[in-house]
Amino acid sequence: MVSGPPPVPWHHDPKFRALFHQVVLVALLLWLGYQFALNARANLAAQGITSGFGFLDNTAGFGVNQSLIPYSESDTYGRVFFVGLLNTLLVAALGIALATLLGFVIGIARLSPNWLFARLAGGYVELVRNLPLLFQILFWYLAVLGTLPGPRQSISIWGAIFLNNRGLIVPAPVVKTGAGYVLAALVVGALAAVALGWRSKRRQERSGQQLPVLWSGLALIIGLPLIAAWAAGWPIGFARPELRGFNFVGGIRLIPELVALLLALSLYTAAFIAEIVRAGIAAIPRGQMEAALALGLPRSLTLRLVVVPQALRVIVPPLTNQYLNLTKNSSLAIAIGYPDLFAVFAGTTLNQTGQAIEIIGITMAVYLSMSLLTSVLMNWYNAHIAVAER
Amino acid sequence: MPASYPSYVRRSLTEPKPPPVATQGGLTFIRARLFDTPLNGALTILTGAMVALLVWPAVKFLLIDAVWEGGSRIDCLPQTIGREVGACWPFIKAKLPQLMYGFYPEAERWRVDLTYALGAVLLIPLLIPRLPYKSANAVLFFGLFPFVGFFLLVGGTFGLPQVETRNWGGLLITLVISFTGIICSLPLGIVLALGRRSSLPIIRTLSIAFIEIWRGVPLITVLFFATYMLPFFLPGSWKIDSLLRVLVGVALFAAAYMAEVVRGGLQAIPRGQFEAAMALGLGYWRMTALVILPQALRLVIPGIVNSFISLFKDTSLVLIVSIFDLLGQLRAAFADPTWATPVTLFTGFAFAGMIYFLGSFGMSRYALSMERRLNRAEAR
Repeated sequence: MVSGPPPVPWHHDPKFRALFHQVVLVALLLWLGYQFALNARANLAAQGITSGFGFLDNTAGFGVNQSLIPYSESDTYGRVFFVGLLNTLLVAALGIALATLLGFVIGIARLSPNWLFARLAGGYVELVRNLPLLFQILFWYLAVLGTLPGPRQSISIWGAIFLNNRGLIVPAPVVKTGAGYVLAALVVGALAAVALGWRSKRRQERSGQQLPVLWSGLALIIGLPLIAAWAAGWPIGFARPELRGFNFVGGIRLIPELVALLLALSLYTAAFIAEIVRAGIAAIPRGQMEAALALGLPRSLTLRLVVVPQALRVIVPPLTNQYLNLTKNSSLAIAIGYPDLFAVFAGTTLNQTGQAIEIIGITMAVYLSMSLLTSVLMNWYNAHIAVAER
Repeated sequence: MPASYPSYVRRSLTEPKPPPVATQGGLTFIRARLFDTPLNGALTILTGAMVALLVWPAVKFLLIDAVWEGGSRIDCLPQTIGREVGACWPFIKAKLPQLMYGFYPEAERWRVDLTYALGAVLLIPLLIPRLPYKSANAVLFFGLFPFVGFFLLVGGTFGLPQVETRNWGGLLITLVISFTGIICSLPLGIVLALGRRSSLPIIRTLSIAFIEIWRGVPLITVLFFATYMLPFFLPGSWKIDSLLRVLVGVALFAAAYMAEVVRGGLQAIPRGQFEAAMALGLGYWRMTALVILPQALRLVIPGIVNSFISLFKDTSLVLIVSIFDLLGQLRAAFADPTWATPVTLFTGFAFAGMIYFLGSFGMSRYALSMERRLNRAEAR
């Protein structure tokens, strides 16, 4: 007679234990949630706050010093939300563009064979990465922009861009009738360039001969709109800002809060991007570059066809993370009064209405959905560019 | 040879390269690394000019033109001393108590100093790898020190008068938040990371949700959540200290980031380690504590220190919810009209910047040296 192992008592059965632990956890969380809800109801009643999203239709009654959509004090809190959201997106988009540009330049500079140049880039990265971002925002806002002279003593760059304590004034684009032709020419030029590139690729696959794609493409994209603009009598121009009395007229004024936030965010994020770029390029084995050079590819083609595509695979995921960080960090705008989503909604609106639960919930949900959207896109991109293992 | 040879393929051998030049030592180094081609030489000169343009004014401002003695703004005005004025160090001297302790009563500041001294005495031997008794030291630092520090700083017992946390400020707040964040986030992060890799679906889902929600929102929303939203969810009779609320927010936020760092380490442990531990008859907890975590945590020491560095820098955000840390006190000091001079702002930022820089840079250099040490052990 074969005797198996002694039967496991029911309270040692792994299946039972797993179920038991999870049920206990869920019960605990449900109880906690119920208590929270009870407390919230009692506290809201005690403070006389009606919960719900009805407050979004109430009149805000406060001004916002920068708005991309028409806004006045008599508009609703719901509109304030969109004003703030657009301001957040504006600073994030500008910041991402600047940080990427600067980050790539500094990251490549760190790999320069020139000792001094590489050290300067390294010093920048160390200095900027080790100071808190809020410190840098306050530094630019209070110490640098706050001590600038008034409009009459503006710092001027080529007589077109002016910097003073009221912000940065840049020329504004002026569009007259006929600008549509230039835009159309641009579209036609771009399409033609794409078609040319496609033909050149076909031809190279067939015969090995290449067409001068880069130059003819550039000529198409830049030349055609230029000809169109000349034919239409230069319908697109720039209006120079001019000092009239105590202020500037013409041109676009970026408020000092935006300039300070933009400077701090892009300089800070650029240091992180530089490290990512440096690590990405350094991750490519030397053999790859040597093999390409041995095949006879010139340096520019080696970079374009061998180094960059492989480096991008390493660089892009952490890079998008930095973009997301920049967007989230733009919420520090509240410290200097730039009217981003957080400042006008979780700041002023919360102060005026006291609807803490709804407002912080909505604000968190906005940032959270940006994060989740980015990570979904990132996963898709990663799957798309992953090395095809055979 | 086919007529249509791809244009990028060589048809002849390349010229042999000259022998590599020496790149070490004095003049040779300068020639090889700075002036090897005309273009590089021009770049060197340009960069050198840029460095000089950045460094010289900084040195001039901080040291050469600086004012070292004085009692008020008058001593830091160019009209009074008749020359260009650099940093106004008397301003820092006058504001130092606020920048260090906030409004902690003057008679009780020895308690803060004693806490710092205790912390330093326990921390420094912990950081030097050569010294013995590491586990006893760690227990004292992470287990006992927080309680001693709590009773010393808060008071109210053992004959010490109580000091309300709203009187705390300056570097004290910065260090208290960083330290609490660090010692709470590591164990919480480990638990969350284990939960994320658990085989129990509900625990796994909840861990993932917790981690992703905290990581998906900016820290400032978490601080607002802790300051304005949390009180609604707690019984109205509970009066929770505002510093404590922020500490909870920071700790949860840091724990979510720490969890991802620890998860990286857990994922790097080969399956065989788990299987071997199970084959030895170890249960889940003993397997995790004795086999997996010691290896996983060692792998991610650089990541852990990086989280600590961001935590240290992020503590500055509490000034937005009206808790006056180093940066908050600095901002308050700027508003003092008795010290309003054109150089006050730059002086203050230079001083606070040095403190923040030394803290973060020191931590990152220490992590680097630890990493090298561990790699050396691996390479054997």
